[in-house]
Amino acid sequence: MENLGSLAILMAFCVALYATLASVIGRVRRKPFLVESGRRAVYAVWVLVTTASVILVHALLTGDFRFAYVAEHSNNALPVLYKFAAWWSGQEGSLLFWMWLLSSYAAVVAFTNRRRHRDMMPWVLAILTTIEIFFLTLNNFVANPFKLLANEGLIVKVPDGSGLSPVLQYPAMAIHPPMLYLGYVGFAVPFAFAMGSLITRQPGDSWIHTTRRWTLVTWLFQGTGVMLGAAWAYHVLGWGGYWGWDPVENASLLPWLSGTAFLHSVMMQEKKGMMKVWNMVLIATTFFLCILGTSMTRGGLVQSVHAFAQSEIGKYFVTFLAVGVAATAYLIIDRLDYLKSEAQLESVISRESSFLFNNLILLASCFAVLWGTLFPKISEAISGDQISLDADWYNRLMVPIGLFLLFLTGVGPLFAWRRTSIDRLRRNFQWPGIASLVLVGALFAAGIHKPYALISFGFCLFVALTVIIEFYKGANSIAGRTGMNLLRATVELTHRNTRRYGGYLVHMGVVLIFIGFTGHAFDQKDVKEMNQGDTMRIGHYALQLARIEQGENANYLWYRGVFAVSKDGQPLGTLQPEKRLFKASKESTSEVAIRMRPNEDLYVNFGGMSDDNQRAVIQAFVNPLVTWVWLGGLVLIGGTLICLVPSKVKMQYARTQVVGISKQHVDLPADR
Amino acid sequence: MQKYGKFAALIVVVIGTLVWLAFAGSGDSKTYYKSIDELSQMGDRAYGARLRVGGDVAVGSIQHVGGKVLFTLKQDSRTLQVAYSGIDPLPDTFRDGAQALADGRMDRDGVFHASKISAKCASKYEAKPNVQPSGQPDVHSGKPSV
Repeated sequence: MENLGSLAILMAFCVALYATLASVIGRVRRKPFLVESGRRAVYAVWVLVTTASVILVHALLTGDFRFAYVAEHSNNALPVLYKFAAWWSGQEGSLLFWMWLLSSYAAVVAFTNRRRHRDMMPWVLAILTTIEIFFLTLNNFVANPFKLLANEGLIVKVPDGSGLSPVLQYPAMAIHPPMLYLGYVGFAVPFAFAMGSLITRQPGDSWIHTTRRWTLVTWLFQGTGVMLGAAWAYHVLGWGGYWGWDPVENASLLPWLSGTAFLHSVMMQEKKGMMKVWNMVLIATTFFLCILGTSMTRGGLVQSVHAFAQSEIGKYFVTFLAVGVAATAYLIIDRLDYLKSEAQLESVISRESSFLFNNLILLASCFAVLWGTLFPKISEAISGDQISLDADWYNRLMVPIGLFLLFLTGVGPLFAWRRTSIDRLRRNFQWPGIASLVLVGALFAAGIHKPYALISFGFCLFVALTVIIEFYKGANSIAGRTGMNLLRATVELTHRNTRRYGGYLVHMGVVLIFIGFTGHAFDQKDVKEMNQGDTMRIGHYALQLARIEQGENANYLWYRGVFAVSKDGQPLGTLQPEKRLFKASKESTSEVAIRMRPNEDLYVNFGGMSDDNQRAVIQAFVNPLVTWVWLGGLVLIGGTLICLVPSKVKMQYARTQVVGISKQHVDLPADR
Repeated sequence: MQKYGKFAALIVVVIGTLVWLAFAGSGDSKTYYKSIDELSQMGDRAYGARLRVGGDVAVGSIQHVGGKVLFTLKQDSRTLQVAYSGIDPLPDTFRDGAQALADGRMDRDGVFHASKISAKCASKYEAKPNVQPSGQPDVHSGKPSV
């Protein structure tokens, strides 16, 4: 079976090479049968990679421990879900999974565009297959998943594998990599179309229309992947937080930030024909950040809790990035003539301006995170010392950036194109503005004095009100005309323009997330060694350690603290945080006990036993408003899904559009 | 180009503020990465700064003494005594043979006083660990294979 698997990926490598050559040569030399052959080769690559993947997954599910990969990442006692998830939980398997997703996407792109964009498609497919060649190189020659365990030439089969670390045996963690990969791989498609349109000197925006849904779905997966990682960190790792600005966390965030900028700036190109060069740069940046992100998780570039060792594979990624960036830069610069803007910026208080600043601030945050992540390498190049920057540094930058972004979220959608009149400003922002100031005043009076928190809550209310008013105005107008009730009218309103109102819903999700983030400013934490019967106080809560229990089963030893929780004297039930020490792997997990409520989480972690094994080391946290982060994430997802639904009414808008470029000198009558 | 003047001014203000924020307080946020080898070569410079040292936890060296955790970090033939007296419990993946990072300061008594310990994440995207000829994947090799 392993031979079949190895053969499959080797053949896939050859066929992908053929696909690239056939598409390019067929297109350049105008040989339609070669182009068609190239297209079918894309399907063939998918078949081959799927075969290889099925073989690997089968080996994982049946526990074929002759395979080195299966022996390292699976064991007999592992639940089926995690045996399947072992496909992507290690280097070789995850690269094969990446490749499978890419080949699937390429096949879908080839199929759905088989009768369209005939000019561009050979190039689009060639770019996708070139990326496939890179990953197949890794699959075949650097990280082959079909290696067998051997001892002096004889194949060995171990009785059981090492299995998945217990810390990762958590559903959110099982699907976190696939979500992120769907994001990383997905951005290859709009990138390929963008480059295809550049190569073929298309003056129009067809590549944007074609890839709008791809990009939105990809961005959604990327964002969901980031959220799942944060949720896992919060519920499983036991340190009380959900984001530590670790390099690998940052790696997943970077393409999301530039992807968000891209989603906004393509609106400028669609509606006004502006920012064409910028969009090319943005989609290329997003795609290359995805490649960077993929490589950062595999070690070699920066030290982090995920990857300490220098890895060979890093060099391949760096080479790929260098060649890719150079080729893309050349292409963009060479085709600048075709990317001329069709309109100008006119006023600072305009929709165009808000998009510009949206992009500016998102890219600034992207750069800041990248700078911080790569700083050890940068400082090493400058001063010889590897210096790392901690979470405080990131927060010092990202909090003001976030607040500015939040502000734009409120005002941007309500600015007019080209120039907003003072009258319109007053109409749209007067009441939300006043309400926000009142809220800030009330919070200040109530004892909240942290400036960032006050600004944040003020902006959150401001944005929320502008969104609600938009929905209300539109729904009211429809209800008036058609006699529907307000709720039905809202649904009708949204359905008529799903992009706009879905977008508003996404913004609402962002507001909720920011409310959650702001709560972090008021976190409380305490650590105590407690005897049975002791009480620990944190916030308004009293945690009484009723019993320390311990026990053992086939897999692990466990210690548990049974706490009676009360608030201001009122009993609230029990919390039972647990610590498990796994016998086989000698690793431990924290089964954190969290009491989640909209206003705050009470989070209790059993840290371990004290040195003399008599007392329990208990960490307790009060995390205000954390639930809003998860809630906001769900609203964001919902809003994005609404954006994907086709609108009832096709929007028509007038704009000038470039339909052709002539580089010939034209004699105008006056010249003669 | 007068209308672009306002844009340029605003952009400069935004970027300028961010650059100022990035550099203003970064002194306190900096931690120097050092290998044990580099640390021994630092001489007096080692005693002032916040340092982060990485290595493998020497097997059998973890001791819990009087509220502190003592262990030895090992990298390429060099060793470093580490004392961790923070109140936060040690990370779940911290054990014999694990790769760990110790954040803290070097003391003149030759012991590295760590205020924070991080241990290698449990995912396995790193270079493949060694597999023993006996066929049993080496669970206790220097590189974590679990």
